[in-house]
Amino acid sequence: MTRRILIDPVTRIEGHARITIHLDDAGTVQEARFHVTEFRGFERFCEGRPLWEMPGITARICGICPVSHLLASAKAGDAILSVMIPPAAEKLRRLMNLGQIVQSHALSFFHLSAPDLLLGFDSDPATRNVFGLMAADAHLARAGIRLRQFGQEIIETLGGSKIHPAWAVPGGVRAAPAAAQRAAIAARLPEARTTVLDALRRFKTLLDTHADEVASFGDFPSLFLGLVGPNGEWEHYGGRLRLVDSGGAIIADQVDPAHYREMIAEAVEPWSYLKMPYYRPRGYPAGMYRVGPLARLNICTRIGTLLADAELGEMRQRAGGIATSSFYYHYARLVEILAALERISLLLDDPDLDSGRLRAEAGVNQLEGVGVSEAPRGTLFHDYAVDPNGLIRRVNLIIATGHNNLAMNRTVAQIAQRYVHGDRISEGALNRVEAGIRAYDPCLSCSTHAAGTMPLALILVAADGTVLDTVQR
Amino acid sequence: MAARTFTINDQLVSGREGETILEAARENGIYIPTLCHLDGVTSVGACRMCLVEIEGSRTLRPACVTQVVEGMVVHTDTERLRNYRRIIIELLFAERNHICAVCVANGHCELQNLAIAIGMDHVRFDYAFPVCEVDISHGRFGIDHNRCVLCTRCVRVCDEVEGVHTWDIAGRGADARVITDMRQPWGESTSCTSCGKCLLACPTGAIFRRGATVSEMERDPTKIAFIVAARDQRW
Ligand code: SF4
Ligand code: SF4
Ligand code: FES
Repeated sequence: MTRRILIDPVTRIEGHARITIHLDDAGTVQEARFHVTEFRGFERFCEGRPLWEMPGITARICGICPVSHLLASAKAGDAILSVMIPPAAEKLRRLMNLGQIVQSHALSFFHLSAPDLLLGFDSDPATRNVFGLMAADAHLARAGIRLRQFGQEIIETLGGSKIHPAWAVPGGVRAAPAAAQRAAIAARLPEARTTVLDALRRFKTLLDTHADEVASFGDFPSLFLGLVGPNGEWEHYGGRLRLVDSGGAIIADQVDPAHYREMIAEAVEPWSYLKMPYYRPRGYPAGMYRVGPLARLNICTRIGTLLADAELGEMRQRAGGIATSSFYYHYARLVEILAALERISLLLDDPDLDSGRLRAEAGVNQLEGVGVSEAPRGTLFHDYAVDPNGLIRRVNLIIATGHNNLAMNRTVAQIAQRYVHGDRISEGALNRVEAGIRAYDPCLSCSTHAAGTMPLALILVAADGTVLDTVQR
Repeated sequence: MAARTFTINDQLVSGREGETILEAARENGIYIPTLCHLDGVTSVGACRMCLVEIEGSRTLRPACVTQVVEGMVVHTDTERLRNYRRIIIELLFAERNHICAVCVANGHCELQNLAIAIGMDHVRFDYAFPVCEVDISHGRFGIDHNRCVLCTRCVRVCDEVEGVHTWDIAGRGADARVITDMRQPWGESTSCTSCGKCLLACPTGAIFRRGATVSEMERDPTKIAFIVAARDQRW
C-alpha cells in the first residue's frame, strides 16, 4: 500500500514547478505528480463582461500564447452571434495563428530545448542555455532567434501589438495588412525555411544518439487528440476533433467541437489546480490523451504541403507509425514550423485578403458557444454562456497544458523509473525530468525560463510518506 | 462686452466679461485639466480637476464655473494644485473598477490621459471594488458602471442638447449611479432616442458602442459643441 502525503517542504517552495515522485514499499518509482499550485481565477473575472470584450480579456490570460486565446475566444463569439465570418477574416486569423505557431515552436526548440539536446543533458547547467548554445553554435542560435522574431513580426503586422493584440473579434477581425506589409513577410520566408530545414537535419541525428531518452521520455501508449480538416488533413484553426490511439486506430472522428463535453471529462485532484481531462468513454485515468504538435501529426492523414508532408513521412518511418515517445514533440514542432511556413506563403498570395470585408455584424443569437483552435501547445477550448444581451454568465477554458496533464505525470514517472535509483536524486535525473516536462512546452511560468534554470523542485517520497530527498534549483 | 485684464501664472491675459477662467485660459493657450466640463453644455463644477488658486481667496476655485474679474491673480499649476489633482484622480480610480488593459476606452480615455499627465504611477488609497453592473440591453449602446466617474456629461448632453433627459443620477455617495428613465434597463427606456450624444460625451469607457472590444472606443466629444454652435446659428 502506498500512502498519499502532503509534503510540507514542497508547498513552501514558491514559484517552483513542484514534482513529487512516490515510491512503493519495494522502493521503486510508482507515480509522479506535477503540482500546479497557481490559480489565476480568470473564469470568475470574466463573468458579467460583454461578450465582445472576451478576446481582449482572455488574450491576457497567458502572456506566452495570447494569440491562441484571442482566436478561440473570437470563435466562441462567432458561435454565439451565429455568424459565418467573411473569408478574408478567416484567412487572416489563420495567418496570425501560423505566425504564433512559428514563434512559439521556435522559442521552445531553439531557446529552451536546443541547449539540452545539442549540449547534452549532463553538461554544466550554467552554460546549458541559449548563451551556451550561442558559444557552441552561434549560427544555429542566431537563426533560431531570427525565426522566432519572424513569427512575431507576422503577429505584429496583423494585430498592431505583439503582446496583446485585441484584433480578432466576434464576427471577424479589425484590420487587414496592406499589400506592402504582406510582401515584407513573404520576403523573409526563404530564410525561415532554410533555418528549419537545417534544424530538422540536426535533430534527426540526435534520434540515433539519444535512443535512451527517446525510450524513456514519455514513451507509452496513449490517445492523441486534435483538430483535423474534412479529409483528415492537418488543421490548426478550423476543422473538427479526431482522436487516435497509439496503434493508429481512429477512435473518434469529425466530432463537432461544440460537443466536446461528450468526449472529454475533467477530473480534479486535491494536489493540483490544473484539472485532468480524459477521454470520457475510457474513464479516468485510462482515458489519458496527448495534444499538441505530436498529437496533431499523429492524428492527421497528411499535412497538405509538399515539404512538410515529406518530413512527416520520414518522421513516421522513424517512429514506426504513430510516435508514442514525447521526445518526438521536438521533432513534430520542427515539422509544424515547416508546415506553417508553407501555408503562410500560400495565404499571403490569397486575393481574398484584399476584399475589405472583415467583420460580420450580428446580435446574440445563441446563449452558448464553443470556440476551439489549435494553440502551439495543443487544442484550446473556450466555452461561454451568455445572457440574452450578451453578458458572460459562465466560462470554461481547457488549455493545452491541462490536456497533457496526465501524460506529463506519466512521463515524469517513467523518467524517474529509469534515472532515479535508491533514495537520492542525481543531477542527471533532475535534468532529464526537467527536459521531459519541457518536451510538452507547458505554458506555465516555469516553462519560460531558460534551460538549466527552470525553477524546479523534485521531491522523492517513500511509501510511508517520508521525504527521502529534495533537490531544487 | 467689456474686457477684463488679469494674470494667470504671472502672464498678463485678457478675457471677456462673463467668461470663465477656463475659457480665458484656453484662449490664451494655458492648459487647465478638466473632466466634467464639456464644451457645448452647462458646467457644473463637479469633478474639481480644474481647481485654481486665486490670490486673496481662501478657497480653491473651479476654473470651469468661476468668472474672470479685473485684476485677479490666478495660479493654475502650483505644487498644492498638482497634489490635489493627483488625489482626485486616485480617488476616482479607487472608487470603481478600472482595468485599463481590458477596457474598451484604453488609449482613448480622458481619465486615463489625466492620470498619465499627472504622473499617477500608483493609487495610494484602498480600492473599493464595488459591485457594478454592465447594461447592454440597448440595441446600440452599453453602459458599464465599473468605469463611470459620475461626471454627468451624459446627463447634461441628453437634457440640454437632445432635449430628452433620459439620463439622471440615482442614489447617494458610493451608491450613486447614472440611470436611464426610472432606473430601468437602457433597452427598455421609452424616452431614449438612440441619438448617441451621451456616447460622444462620455469621457471614459462607461458608455460604449455595443460590440466594441478592447481599446476600440474612440470618440470625438467636440462634436457636441459643434452641434450646439450649428444650431445656434440657424435659430
Ligand atoms: S475608463 Fe479609462 S481609466 Fe477607466 S479602465 Fe477604462 S481606460 Fe482605464
Ligand atoms: S456614464 Fe460617462 S458621461 Fe455619464 S456620468 Fe458616467 S462617466 Fe460621465
Ligand atoms: S472640469 Fe471643472 S469641476 Fe470638473
